[in-house]
Amino acid sequence: MRLELTRRYSFAASHRLHSPLLSPAENQRIYGKCNNPYGHGHNYVAEVTLTGPLDPATGMIAHLGDLDRFVAREVLEPLDHRNLNEDLPVFRDRVPTTENLCIEIFERLKKFPGARLVRIRLEETGRNSFEYAGEPGGSQT
Amino acid sequence: MVYLTRKIEFSAAHRYHNPDFSAEENRRIFGKCNYPNGHGHNYVLEVTVGGETDPATGMVLDLKELKELLEREVMDRMDHRSLNHEVAELAGRIPTCENVAAVIWELLAPKIRRGQLARVRLWESPDLYVDCYGDGGRA
Repeated sequence: MRLELTRRYSFAASHRLHSPLLSPAENQRIYGKCNNPYGHGHNYVAEVTLTGPLDPATGMIAHLGDLDRFVAREVLEPLDHRNLNEDLPVFRDRVPTTENLCIEIFERLKKFPGARLVRIRLEETGRNSFEYAGEPGGSQT
Repeated sequence: MVYLTRKIEFSAAHRYHNPDFSAEENRRIFGKCNYPNGHGHNYVLEVTVGGETDPATGMVLDLKELKELLEREVMDRMDHRSLNHEVAELAGRIPTCENVAAVIWELLAPKIRRGQLARVRLWESPDLYVDCYGDGGRA
């Protein structure tokens, strides 16, 4: 019986999409409003999906308290109410698109010891979402 | 292959408690879910059936048939019930979202007459759901 457990977490953060590889005019043309100089923000929702055998003693894939603490430490505390461009070293040289943020959250959570991370689905707004399940052949896929 | 999904809601009580653990271990592991008199949720169940459309009707499976199946197998059995005390299929299992989703899969899979059950998604709250795929892949 294949089971996956998904937990949803919310956080708010600001970002600005600007690539140093592009000219100011190209940045403006490609990123539009997202390139405005002082940035803007979103209420993100991250769906974290895990799988693994049910622990016969608890009937659970993963202990939710353990998962909540791990996600709080690895993702919510470093990201919530932060500026992604300024406050996260990984985005010093990488554009903080929600694609890249989705990959970053996957990388942070794949070390969760209680179960296997299947994928991250990240909602930037109620109308845009992105999913990342690791690279084919990677240890987590 | 086309997939159709029907959504229903039911309300039920449960409590997490493993008789092999001490009272203290139960409290430590299950937290509030171990409070002695139980608690409940408004569960939302999404049932997805996959199959080819019948050329005569344009349907994978008659929605009315699926609706009646869910009424009989899930609503009559679980709605406004205690999952610990009143659902025979859960006897001896802790009624976690994982186990309830697996039981719903086992109840429905053999009774889908056209197409096949592809996924059972059970929401315990707006922040938590479990997907069951039986022994198959992702829908």
